[in-house]
Amino acid sequence: MKKLLNDPNQLVSDFLDGFTAVHTSQLKRLPNSNVVVRKQPKTDKVGVISGGGSGHEPAHAGYVGYGMLDAAVCGEVFTSPGADQFLAAIEAANQGKGVLLVIKNYNGDRMNAEMAMEMAEAQGIQTEMVVVNDDVAVADPAQRRGIAGTVLVHKIAGACAETGASLPKVKEVVEKAISRIRSMSLALTPCSLPGVDQPSFALAEDEMEVGIGIHGERGMYREKVAPSQEIAQLLVSKVAAELPGSDPLAVLINGMGSTPLVEQYSFARDVLAELDKQSYKIHSTYVGDYMTSLDMAGISLTLFVVDEELAPYLQAEARTVQWQS
Amino acid sequence: MNTTQLKQWLTELAAVIADNRDELSKLDQALGDGDHGINMHRGFQAVLAELPNIKEEDEPAALLQKVATILISKVGGASGPLYGTAFLRMSAACKGKQTLDDETMVVALKQAAEGIAQRGKAAPGEGTLLDVWSTVANEARETGMDWNQLESSAREGMEATKDMVVKRGRGAILGEQSVGHIDPGAVSSYYLFKTLCNTMKGSE
Repeated sequence: MKKLLNDPNQLVSDFLDGFTAVHTSQLKRLPNSNVVVRKQPKTDKVGVISGGGSGHEPAHAGYVGYGMLDAAVCGEVFTSPGADQFLAAIEAANQGKGVLLVIKNYNGDRMNAEMAMEMAEAQGIQTEMVVVNDDVAVADPAQRRGIAGTVLVHKIAGACAETGASLPKVKEVVEKAISRIRSMSLALTPCSLPGVDQPSFALAEDEMEVGIGIHGERGMYREKVAPSQEIAQLLVSKVAAELPGSDPLAVLINGMGSTPLVEQYSFARDVLAELDKQSYKIHSTYVGDYMTSLDMAGISLTLFVVDEELAPYLQAEARTVQWQS
Repeated sequence: MNTTQLKQWLTELAAVIADNRDELSKLDQALGDGDHGINMHRGFQAVLAELPNIKEEDEPAALLQKVATILISKVGGASGPLYGTAFLRMSAACKGKQTLDDETMVVALKQAAEGIAQRGKAAPGEGTLLDVWSTVANEARETGMDWNQLESSAREGMEATKDMVVKRGRGAILGEQSVGHIDPGAVSSYYLFKTLCNTMKGSE
């Protein structure tokens, strides 16, 4: 697979150097680590950190800044960072009011984060973890993965922390948000990892893979590629079936890396029409590459049932590279 | 077992992981995200680079702890904390001893397997690397440190994962579809014990 890179083993490090060099007024890389933090001075608030494997850009470094994350931990491509990296991020984000870790439901991420929390607690730093599991493609709720809905969780967590709320309060609000966010993805092409010869799975020219994760995992099933309207109907029906409550929806349409905006917005039209047909009220809609899988072509749909408590956090000011509101 | 033998073992293990990294990643493509070989190779190359700094008079526990720290930091994913925890527990069991007698080794293996179970919230029979570690630990407890026997126990533990429905890790999402695939972490764990047994048989 052709890639624009120097050395596959250096790609994440080279990315972090470039990212922090370009956004030098906002961000910096912690020395000897793959952690991106805010450059601005700390304020009196709960620290919010997220992270996981790289390859999902702009997640997670793109969401570091006022109103969202204090630090992003960037592992190797599709590989959870080690506990020492999470610990470095916790230490950097701690401002005396504790740190909330936003983790996606993958064993590696959970285990490394848990080890780091044990080490941080030993230093007297208060930590809590929330686990995002928005992917309804997986039937068993305990196994559900965290995918694009995680970005909305960052938004809620960051906005709530920015109000000066305590760690238990931030955690409570974020867990409420997580319980109201559902997503599902599909791929038109697999992705290819740097340094690996073959794509993550084989897909015929006329097939799509339904229910993929964000690490090139195989989906739940595959079928013939359908027109955007039918794909919108499919994803809306699968995701909406799992929604709790009937408050207005925040809609996140997320490109997987190689799907152009012209297709994403065309798909957005079809999703909004489908939701309208089913009489859902729309709170807000977001379209773009928020949580990608390298060079995969595909799309994910996230629906977030927003109530009066959560809506202000979603709308609150944020100043990050990728999310500004 | 002493620090010199531990260094020999880790040197051979790093070489075997390097030779089999593509195979490990390929096995991981069936159940996970296809990077187990890359991650293990990165970790054990870092271990290999550290070995010249370890002196023969250093305690085995110090080396085992160093290995744990490196694996936790460099391997990442789920394998980093699991292997890291295994080496940390072995280190704790060996503390204060210059040479590890059979009794110490039995305890070290038992505690390593328990550590993996705890960290991964897993039990034997769920199609993970724990199936290798718990089989070897049980065998060591029952029959002592018979290196030939332990090597075949490790192989049995690895092969058994092929017929299991995976219950932990990314493979668990596949449910019944995971049957027929050998667990990549079980294979790397088999290499770990195979090279350990080779080292110890060679020095007897």
